Amino acid sequence: MHELSIVLSIIDEIGDQSEALGLKDVETVHLKVGVFSGVDRDALLFAWELACEGTPLEHSRLDIETVPLVIRCAVCHQNRTPPSLYQLCCPECETPSDTIVTGRELEVVSLEVAA
Amino acid sequence: MSTRIVEIRAKVMRQNDLLAHALRERFETSGVSVVGLVSSPGSGKTAFLEKLLSGLARDFRVAALVGDLATENDAARLKRATPNVRQITTGTICHLDAQMIEKALEGWQLDTLDFLFIENVGNLVCPSSYDLGEELRFVMLSATEGEDKPLKYPTIFNSSDVAIITKMDLAEAAEFDVAAARRNIESVRPGMQIFEVSAKTGSGMQRVFQLLRDQLAHSRETRPALQIQTIQ
Ligand SMILES: [Zn+2]
Repeated sequence: MHELSIVLSIIDEIGDQSEALGLKDVETVHLKVGVFSGVDRDALLFAWELACEGTPLEHSRLDIETVPLVIRCAVCHQNRTPPSLYQLCCPECETPSDTIVTGRELEVVSLEVAA
Repeated sequence: MSTRIVEIRAKVMRQNDLLAHALRERFETSGVSVVGLVSSPGSGKTAFLEKLLSGLARDFRVAALVGDLATENDAARLKRATPNVRQITTGTICHLDAQMIEKALEGWQLDTLDFLFIENVGNLVCPSSYDLGEELRFVMLSATEGEDKPLKYPTIFNSSDVAIITKMDLAEAAEFDVAAARRNIESVRPGMQIFEVSAKTGSGMQRVFQLLRDQLAHSRETRPALQIQTIQ
């Protein structure tokens, strides 16, 4: 389970950012996780609870926005959602595509902090 | 108490990606071709790597970093092919990251090498999130694992460059459907190069050596010019 290492990087990142911005009392951390990022949502939430204990983020909540897999079809010239995570082809014309538009994201988007 | 939202937009893997980027530049300027190997446990990765190292060692200077949870057995076995083998023992960590690579390379003269192989911890999930600065990533599955492996782990197959089907000598006995395996790989990563090998009999290895030789020639052609330092 690499989600714990990932959570530790998120905590580091937030620490750096909130120090730079002079923030304290982070209530919610908004995260974007692509379905093709290789990161499991439940494992991430579990690791969050564990890793935040005893840190300034102890009472914070992790909010995860799931980003779907979208590929670019070279034939239709459209962004399409493939039939499944293991069928990377256009649902309309069935052309295979190795161009991934979204689905690999793993980023902190915003923080909700006490005003 | 009211709250406010602060946008921060930060890539979670930023630290690793920055370090991996620096490693990639270092590999390029040193002229060493770096190949990462990922697979599930028991896919025959060490046997394949042993074959690669001993096959290439006749004409090239080769080295390997081997990631493992605990034991050092693999490194000892690979040292029969080249003395340039280092073990990265990760303890409970299920993947290698760029920082571990940087640390493991301390004291190595990269410009005296042609090929460096990085064998990741046996795991088809976690390594997909970590760029190690490698030029090519090989994902391996064995004929004894089943044809549906790519469908179960699409992310790692998609984020690799080359697929290697190993233990082909056992394919018939295991009733392994090669065509189905190829279809599944193609389905998760359209256009992926696929090689069928047996480290035991050596079948298919020549094509992999050829790919690596071509890769080395290509990367040396396109590598950035060496910086010549002049003392003013
Ligand atoms: Zn299409």
